[in-house]
Amino acid sequence: MKRALLTLAAASFALPAFADAGGINSTVLLAALFAMACFVGYYVVWSVTPALHTPLMAVTNAISSVIIVGALVATATLGLTSDNWVSKILGTVAVILASVNIFGGFLVTQRMLAMYKKKGE
Amino acid sequence: MDSFHSTWAPLLYLVAGILFILALRGLSSPATSRKGNRNGMIGMGIAVATTLALLWNELDVTTWGLILGGVAIGGTIGAITARRIPMTAMPQLVAAFHSLVGLAAVLVAAAALYSPVQFSIMGTEGIKMASLIELGLGSAIGALTFTGSVIAFAKLNGNMSGAPIMLPARHILNILIAGGIIALLVVLIQTGGTAQWAFWGLTVLALILGITLIIPIGGADMPVVVSMLNSYSGWAAAALGFTLGNFALIITGALVGSSGAILSYIMCKGMNRSFISVILGGFGGDDAAAGGGGVQVDRPFKRGSAEDAAFIMKNASKVIIVPGYGMAVAQAQHALKEMCDKLKEEGVEIKYAIHPVAGRMPGHMNVLLAEAQVPYDEVFELEDINSDFRNSEVAFVIGANDVTNPAAKTDKTSPIYGMPVLDVENAGTVLFIKRSMGSGYAGIENELFFRDNTMMLLADAKKMVEDIVKNL
Repeated sequence: MKRALLTLAAASFALPAFADAGGINSTVLLAALFAMACFVGYYVVWSVTPALHTPLMAVTNAISSVIIVGALVATATLGLTSDNWVSKILGTVAVILASVNIFGGFLVTQRMLAMYKKKGE
Repeated sequence: MDSFHSTWAPLLYLVAGILFILALRGLSSPATSRKGNRNGMIGMGIAVATTLALLWNELDVTTWGLILGGVAIGGTIGAITARRIPMTAMPQLVAAFHSLVGLAAVLVAAAALYSPVQFSIMGTEGIKMASLIELGLGSAIGALTFTGSVIAFAKLNGNMSGAPIMLPARHILNILIAGGIIALLVVLIQTGGTAQWAFWGLTVLALILGITLIIPIGGADMPVVVSMLNSYSGWAAAALGFTLGNFALIITGALVGSSGAILSYIMCKGMNRSFISVILGGFGGDDAAAGGGGVQVDRPFKRGSAEDAAFIMKNASKVIIVPGYGMAVAQAQHALKEMCDKLKEEGVEIKYAIHPVAGRMPGHMNVLLAEAQVPYDEVFELEDINSDFRNSEVAFVIGANDVTNPAAKTDKTSPIYGMPVLDVENAGTVLFIKRSMGSGYAGIENELFFRDNTMMLLADAKKMVEDIVKNL
């Protein structure tokens, strides 16, 4: 697990270096990061205790709402063409949806995790 | 491009991604899980702050208003829901959250298509081809996740019958829809993104596909469906992570995608069914069928009272509790905890045995027991406790059925043959709380009910447990 994390970190730090060195297509570099992250995900998720599978689903919900970064980019669109306005509005709605998930997901996970107690705790 | 755009922002996104990994990593034990969740929150904070810093020069008053207003509205709804939702409703809440991620992915993909300059995805002739593929796929997977999760929500929440709905020629229909999505994606790419109608067309087709894929899947297979949609929401996020060139989004997409895939696998294994057979649907009926509405049984069986059950358990030295979905439906977890506390005072050792597919989502029973303040070190997984039944005087089955059926081990013709089951029959006495003598969701009779060492306690789970408590 630790090794997988280190590999991921090393691979990501090396990305700009590769890009400078070989002029590699940036999509390929992103794909490399994605592939590494899939392996990390595989090992991390198998190490989750089955007792916490429900909180796992709730917290994955929360973190997948990091899609809010895309929503923010869309909301920040300037210029008054009609297409840009469409973007701005779609982005705003997406900010609302992602916020429901971020706050709801993390808080409900926190609420669940607070209930897991050891004997005598 | 200044150094913040080219170096620091990507590094901060990477840090956010690694914090998300640590959030999942924390879940390897309840002791570290709370710290993990905090890591996740910090990661999200870093990702949002970095994005705002990148956009700083574009943020005018209107934009700030839209962003802050959006976060305030969404955050309030989310926080209130998280606080108020009863633990028994967790499966439908998770399904609802998946639908929101899916819809958000569709909206972000559409926004990228309408403002390609803002998303820096313009090539020499129109939008870059790779970006078009990514946002087309992101929108299709997001749309499918959205409607699929809405259907799963309706089935879990009881707005819709849990019974499978079989459309005629549904496999061919699904293949045709999938073909249409790919065809429209090709049109979108070839026009360099100017064919916005193709984008909306493929999104609408994917919305329909989400419905036609999930309606034939029965209520009891929902643990697999919920896990699968979890996975899809991750892949949709990852696809858009490529469009945005965002490390945090790509790492998260990969994590969530693998998480859902692994959970689906664990659930399928818990039912000994292939993923394909679950997805093709048609298995299992309504919750009402699980309760067995008025099925007449003409075989003799032993029926016990709360008094009998209290007497047997009080005199036992070791009791194993086997909870199932019926416990969640009856909201019997708190009464159960009270009963177990009383028994412990009498010197009885109590353990809980959880089958991987007990309930309607992975880990559902564990959360309900935790809510009732059952210590987690008294709760065991199937493989850790199965050999313990033979050393126990009593197995107390509350709201579970098929997961205890010995036919899964012996009867090759049984639909559940090969499914791992809890060996409750090895205990001295099996106490079965059920509403009636009906069969389980798989429609299979449970041989256990008619054995000499089984005592049926026919009543609502909560009421029966409360009556047992009175008799202790």
